[in-house]
Amino acid sequence: MLLIPCPWCGACNENEFICGGESDRKRPTDPAAVDDKTWTDYLYNSTNHKGMTGEWWWHVHGCGKWFTIRRDTVTHCIESAPGDQT
Amino acid sequence: MKRFSFFALARNALTGHRNWAQMWRSPEPRREYDAVIIGGGGHGLGTAYYLARNHGMSNVAVFEKGWLGGGNTGRNTMTVRSNFLREESVPFHEKSLDLYQGLSRELNFNLMVSERGMITFIQSSAVNRIALQMANTMHIYGAEYRMIGLDEVRRRIPIFDPSPDMRLPITGAVYQPRASMVRHDAVAWGFARGADARGVDIIQNCEVTGIRRDGGRITGVETNRGFIATPRVGMAVAGHGSVVAAMAGIRLPIVTQPLQAWVSEPIKPILDEIVVIRSYYGTYLMQSDKGEIVIGQGCDPYPSYAQRGTFPIIEDATTAMLEVFPRFRRLRLLRHWAGMLDMPYDGSPIISRTDVPGFYVDVAGSGGFKTTPAAAYTFAHLIARDEPHPLAARLGLDRFSSGRLVQEGGVSANR
Ligand SMILES: Cc1cc2nc3c(=O)[nH]c(=O)nc-3n(C[C@H](O)[C@H](O)[C@H](O)COP(=O)(O)OP(=O)(O)OC[C@H]3O[C@@H](n4cnc5c(N)ncnc54)[C@H](O)[C@@H]3O)c2cc1C
Ligand SMILES: [Zn+2]
Repeated sequence: MLLIPCPWCGACNENEFICGGESDRKRPTDPAAVDDKTWTDYLYNSTNHKGMTGEWWWHVHGCGKWFTIRRDTVTHCIESAPGDQT
Repeated sequence: MKRFSFFALARNALTGHRNWAQMWRSPEPRREYDAVIIGGGGHGLGTAYYLARNHGMSNVAVFEKGWLGGGNTGRNTMTVRSNFLREESVPFHEKSLDLYQGLSRELNFNLMVSERGMITFIQSSAVNRIALQMANTMHIYGAEYRMIGLDEVRRRIPIFDPSPDMRLPITGAVYQPRASMVRHDAVAWGFARGADARGVDIIQNCEVTGIRRDGGRITGVETNRGFIATPRVGMAVAGHGSVVAAMAGIRLPIVTQPLQAWVSEPIKPILDEIVVIRSYYGTYLMQSDKGEIVIGQGCDPYPSYAQRGTFPIIEDATTAMLEVFPRFRRLRLLRHWAGMLDMPYDGSPIISRTDVPGFYVDVAGSGGFKTTPAAAYTFAHLIARDEPHPLAARLGLDRFSSGRLVQEGGVSANR
């Protein structure tokens, strides 16, 4: 069971949250201008990194906030890093 | 290859079973192969077997970083079935069941295929609708999948005893008679033995650490046993798809998630069919040959390479099980484990060429034990001919850029 640090509520059980995926994903600023390959990469592909990863979490059964944390996908250690969006 | 038979058993009994031959060699890797398969699970070993058997390619190696079947092949809950929603999926999974039916004989290795049927409970009108749609699609491909009433459920499952105040009452079920259980280790070992007999080198404890390219094309793989030259690499690494694909500079539409299973202490035979509760997302259970009740559910809901699961899944699945089989509350848990699955975005397997010529990927996805023979069969075809096999032609990566996804997301929990 993970304890996810919500910036508003503090650490809460993981089943109060939904994981929103990688936080380094950037939507192309002008989707109409990019080719199919770039757009497909943005829509579907992921780095799926083995190790420390930035990711979005949503406190859906709590305060409703979206925020980012850094979590190690091997050890499950969680860090909140400077620059995290809350 | 020394064939297994009744006479071989009798002969070896005379010498106290001390003289059985090794099932496969453990050769030194050659410096060069016509094709290299990364990953010694059922998919990788099966691919090597079919490369040799169907395409005459035997200068092939399988590199496995641990031991054969030590990944998901040896961790899964052994269920094979073909009840799927899409016209791309049904014939592919039917092919797998067809192959499974003949493989014990073909490989001269008992896969212990036990055709016990699967019963999926219907607990909402949405599931009722999907089940009907699946039954119709499957009917088109000649696969039997039918709705059954509670009478038949009770007849087939005498211990069916749902609590009267359960939250989603069971109104009926849908039944695939041909769904089976297959001994998972035997699939890896049988394919390994068959591939080895046809000249394939199986190298265990050999991790691929890099993929070398020259002007875009594959030239070989770096391993902890040195560089091995090859023009063709087939990746079948289940929970490590993104890690290995990154070695070739490729990103895939997958997320790695843990999947758990747990078993009770063995009890006397009490449950014949494979049972799915809160269907298509929910809990499934069956009784193993050893008598254990085997229980599983969907993936853990976030990415992880930890190969262990999170507790809420166990709690949730146990609750669902006890609603239908209250007598199981006295069962004691014996073992629990997890594997790591590469979940494709649309829930369907990926068998594909890539942007790197000579680099091919097989992503087993959520329920890749059932697909092992068909995936191996079609992946070998792709690697040998650089042409997709017709049965897997719609399972390529190009479906993501064309938008023609093969959505099977809703079946992920229903191994
Ligand atoms: C608990 C659980 C229950 C399941 N139940 C079912 C079920 O009932 N029915 C069903 O159809 N499916 C089920 N599945 C899914 C199924 O087990 C997998 O999809 C399938 O076994 C994948 O087979 P594979 O050969 O592709 O992968 P694996 O058997 O995982 O083999 C991949 C191999 O690649 C190796 N490898 C990884 N990286 C490298 C590298 N760099 N170099 C060399 N080797 C490498 C790994 O060590 C591993 O042995 C279940 C999975 C789990 C975890
Ligand atoms: Zn909160």
